[in-house]
Order: sequence, then C-alpha cells, then structure tokens
Amino acid sequence: MRYIDPHIHMVSRTVDDYQRMAQAGCVAITEPSFWAGFDRSSARGFYDYFRHLTTFEPKRAALYGIRHHTWICINPKESEDLGLAREVLQIIPEFLAAENVLGIGEIGLNKNSRNELKILEEHIALAAEHGQLILVHTPHLEDKRKGTRLIMDALDANPAVEPHRVLIDHVEEHTIAEVLDRGYWAGMTLYPNSKCTPQRAVDMIEMYGTERLCMNSAGDWGESDPMAVPKALVEMRRRGYAEALLHRVCFDNPRIFLGQSPKFRPAADA
Amino acid sequence: MEHHPTAFPGPLLSRAKVIDLYFLEHRAKLLDLAAFLDRVDRAQPSSSGEKPAEFLVEALQRGIAVLLDGRGERTRRILDLLSDPTLEPLESAAGLKGAYGAWADSGVREAVSV
Repeated sequence: MRYIDPHIHMVSRTVDDYQRMAQAGCVAITEPSFWAGFDRSSARGFYDYFRHLTTFEPKRAALYGIRHHTWICINPKESEDLGLAREVLQIIPEFLAAENVLGIGEIGLNKNSRNELKILEEHIALAAEHGQLILVHTPHLEDKRKGTRLIMDALDANPAVEPHRVLIDHVEEHTIAEVLDRGYWAGMTLYPNSKCTPQRAVDMIEMYGTERLCMNSAGDWGESDPMAVPKALVEMRRRGYAEALLHRVCFDNPRIFLGQSPKFRPAADA
Repeated sequence: MEHHPTAFPGPLLSRAKVIDLYFLEHRAKLLDLAAFLDRVDRAQPSSSGEKPAEFLVEALQRGIAVLLDGRGERTRRILDLLSDPTLEPLESAAGLKGAYGAWADSGVREAVSV
C-alpha cells in the first residue's frame, strides 16, 4: 500500500532505509529541521543544514522513487540562546522559496522555557507573514502536556494562524483530544520506547476517529524505526480494518494536510 | 475536554478476540515490569555521592495502582500522573535538554544523579 511519512529525519539515515521504505510503499516524506544531537556553534551551521535539506536530500530520496519535502526552522532545543536563534530566523526566509519547502517546522517547545516560547512566537509570526504551513514539535515525556498547551495558546494568540494549517506532532493519549478539539491536525509518532507504539496509535484511532489524524515514524539518529508506519498498518489489518481505512490514515490524511502547500507533490499517479 | 469520533466504524474486534490476540504479549510486559522492580531491589547499595532517582520508581508504583483501580482511560491517566502539573513557563532551559519520564519538583530532580 502506498503511504506518506509526514515526519522523518532522513539526514540521519542510510540509503538502506530509503530502499526499505520504498519497498514497503512509501512514496513521499516530509523532513522537519531538528536538533543534530549537539548544539551548532553558529548560524552558518544551520545555513549548511538547510542547504542539505533543500538540495542534497531530495536527490537522494528520488533515487528510490520517494518525493522529499522539508520544513525550515531552528528547533526548540537550540532556541534558549536568543541571539543565535534570531540570527537563524533571519536566514529562514531565503529557504522558504525552495521548491521542496512546505513551511516552518518543527517548531515548538522542549523544556517549556520563556526563551523557547519567545522564539516559538517569532517563528509563528514568520509563518503567518509568509503564508506558510506550520509543523509543531511537542516536548518529551513529563514536559509534553504542559508544553502542548503553551504551544496551542501561542498559536491561538496569533490571529493570522489558521488551525487547519498547523500539524501538532507527537500527540499521546493525554494531549490528542485537546489538539483535535482546538481545530489542529494531530500527528502520532511511533517510537519503540517513548511516544507511542503502533498498537497505541491504532487504539487512539479507535477512540478519536481518523479526521485530522496522521501517523509518522520521526525516524532519526536515536532509537527509532523508519518502518513504523507500515508496522502500524499491519496492526490495523490485524484488527480487521478495511484497506480503504488504512489508505485514509496513511495516505489521504497527510495528502490533505500537506496539499495545502502548492509545493507538496505526492507520487506522480496519486 | 471532549472529542467526538467521526468517520470511523469503531473497534471491530470482540473482547474474546482482543484477549486472544494480545494476552501473551502483555503477559511478557508484566513480567518485564516485575523483573525491573526485582532488579532495583537486588542492586548494590549506591556508592557515596550517588543519589538514585527514587522518584522515578515511585512514579511507576503510582502508575501500577492506576492499573488496579478498575476505572477506564488508564493510559491517559498514567500519562497525566507522570506529567508536570505546573502552568508557568520555566525561567530558563540553559543546560537542560532531556526529560526524566516522570515529573518531580526541581528540588527533588536536582538532588539525584541521572
């Protein structure tokens, strides 16, 4: 079955993963800007990272028939340094014109600090100014519930933000209802030990339906699984759901959200 | 806050089928949890200067109590129980990157070696 992985960090993965994803039916991905596992020392480091995301990575994906799209930002883990973060914010507009850039992301909070919140608000303003879609990272573990609410309050405070143009990622059972009720799209991230398993993701579909809901692997340099979306589809089949329902969750829903950007291109025959 | 499911047929499997499909997998997870708590009990005493994060084990024990209280929405309630209950942003995240997995006030967190 064809599927879209709307959140995966392929700069951290080998071509073996592209090959396995293509074999499992992946036709398109989107790759948010994120933390490299260490703090970059200058805005030039981000500039080269954004060049990587907009020039090199799409070519690598194309070798396996996968359409590569990306999101540009300084991630919340490097937003505590306001000076550096604002330097990076200044170079972002240059990359918004690139043909595979869908918007601003993954912005959000990490430890829910005042500086992280300031830079989040400045990213939201930048997205509004440039008419961009927004992809949101919500904090990990014990910081998630508080951070998700602070993020939605910041989004709601900007009158130019339309909730249906924002995907809030890494939802779990204690945040999903509020995200959907406030009109945003919700992304369930399938991780082996943190976030949610394929079984829990399908549980949430059973509880909340499929409207404005996507699944992603968020595969990166840590313990993660780029094949997580097809594994969740296996779980849906195990529970007896029709192929049309699987297609809605793993292809139609991300296509509808991402298709709000004219630059999103799913498979040529989609 | 309520969210009403739309465009979805609802769970298809019977209670008997769910138990049949998933029991062994969760039996194994239950034994893993028991083995972890036994391992903690069996461990060598901490060396001087090393302060174990007992608040994490205590958080697991509170979560186990939720499993046994006979009420629904256990996953959401355990996640709520592990979450930071405060509302105000942190003054600074300088030097902070990761998360523990369970919340404790800053005095407790700063006193442990994790």
